[in-house]
Amino acid sequence: MTDDDASGEAAASTPTPITDVDYEEWLDAIDAGEGYALVCPDGHGSLPPRRVCPECGSSALSRDPLAETGRVETFSVVHVPSPRFADDAPYVTAIVDLGPVRTTGVLRGLDLESDEPEVGLSVDVGVENRATDGEPLVVFRPTDGA
Amino acid sequence: MTDVRVAGVGLTRFGSHADRAGRDLFATAAERAFADAGVPREDVEELNYGNFMGALAEHQGHQAPLMAEAAGVRCPATRYESACASAGVAVREAVRTVAAGDADVVLAGGMERMTNLPTAEVTEGLAMAADDLFEVRSGVTFPGAYALMATAYFEAHGGSRRDLAHVASKNHENALPNEYAQFRREVSVDEAMDAPPVAEPLHLYDACPITDGASALVIVSAEYAAEHDVDAPVAVTGTGQGTDRMALGDREHLARTPAADDAAAAAYAAAGVGPDDVDVAEVHDCFTIAEVLALESLGLFEVGEGISAAREGITTADGDLPVNLSGGLKAKGHPVGATGGSQIAELTRLLRGDHPNSEHVPDADVGVAHNAGGTVASAVVHVLEVAE
Repeated sequence: MTDDDASGEAAASTPTPITDVDYEEWLDAIDAGEGYALVCPDGHGSLPPRRVCPECGSSALSRDPLAETGRVETFSVVHVPSPRFADDAPYVTAIVDLGPVRTTGVLRGLDLESDEPEVGLSVDVGVENRATDGEPLVVFRPTDGA
Repeated sequence: MTDVRVAGVGLTRFGSHADRAGRDLFATAAERAFADAGVPREDVEELNYGNFMGALAEHQGHQAPLMAEAAGVRCPATRYESACASAGVAVREAVRTVAAGDADVVLAGGMERMTNLPTAEVTEGLAMAADDLFEVRSGVTFPGAYALMATAYFEAHGGSRRDLAHVASKNHENALPNEYAQFRREVSVDEAMDAPPVAEPLHLYDACPITDGASALVIVSAEYAAEHDVDAPVAVTGTGQGTDRMALGDREHLARTPAADDAAAAAYAAAGVGPDDVDVAEVHDCFTIAEVLALESLGLFEVGEGISAAREGITTADGDLPVNLSGGLKAKGHPVGATGGSQIAELTRLLRGDHPNSEHVPDADVGVAHNAGGTVASAVVHVLEVAE
């Protein structure tokens, strides 16, 4: 059996989600509390993988740390999920300003019956797992004491 | 620019066509477009065909040659994909091709089969129009993305769910006489308010349905129309397209759609008209909030003022500026890859005076069509004018 045969067999039995080493590294960094964005000399922030700044085309990208706490810019309580989130619903999806970039993730730690999310809420960012299938997920939680 | 005309339009009924393959839907729309145009199939020099999720829904890639066969044309055929703006970009390329003098007759439109998939899979399929790594894996659904825009809009400008319910109710009422519409029944504002939530603040009646359907347009040069005695009184005088960052969170504005601003500016400039000249509009209301954002990008309302347009009766059938007299995506239905063509079909008939809702715009000379993809990372705007 050649290597090609082996990989072909694996692909047939379990579809492999498209991924990217730079994206995985970014997700691991968030998980470790060392999240970053790619920033060009003009200050445009973006998320990996990037060869150039999507705003200005600059290839001089450096890693700047994300803010320690972020601000919820907008959110929605999702009741009808995609299959990958079937067991997660209802959940809150949110876009959070983390300094050089905004990031989209799931906002956890609120009791939706009594705790309405709101724009402006201060949150921390981390990586947790989807309830549905255990895949890693960008998760925001209200900042302690907020 | 060569004078570009819409010689004929054809649609299938929008709704569920559970027992018909996509190729048959497009064949039906094309047949109707040829009959409406009085243009022979053999004169078609190109086919521009829009489709978004055919690989998923029908396990069918490479659809353009298949659709050329179905329509009975033998010419270069290309599939265009820009999510929900797929047919819009297909039509735009037809207009540009004819305007450039590269062809005299182009068949353009699109098709989507969706109802054969379970709702969960449609949800997954539509989410493919978002950024998989940074949005979909973070739980963003298609309704969820527009819900994020709605929350951001309310935060920036005010407005309420009730304002959006007025958009839904208006478009359902407009669909009543439209024989092609999926939902020909009234939905009251209260009924829309009481519907179950999908992605708050959007509820069931804020969302367009899941739809099968096809659209086709015969786009010709005015010169061809004159030579062949083809009656084509409606001209496409402007076309514009815009692109924005893929992920909503990467945009400058969470409650605005700059890609549509850019598309509108280009289309208006090409046509030599402005928002004040527009008599009637068909806009991309995949969700009620999307109609609001479209009105503002088209310059028909100031930023922050589009939200009250339906409630105040400005955009209703009897208002000063009727919007989505077809019923819109909301009530007429949204077969994703066909929608951009169907909007121009509806607008053409409204301007010609042979649409069931033409009575509401008897003196209309200028119409605008707005078609959007994803959360408006893609946008196409066309200006149509009565030329004869």
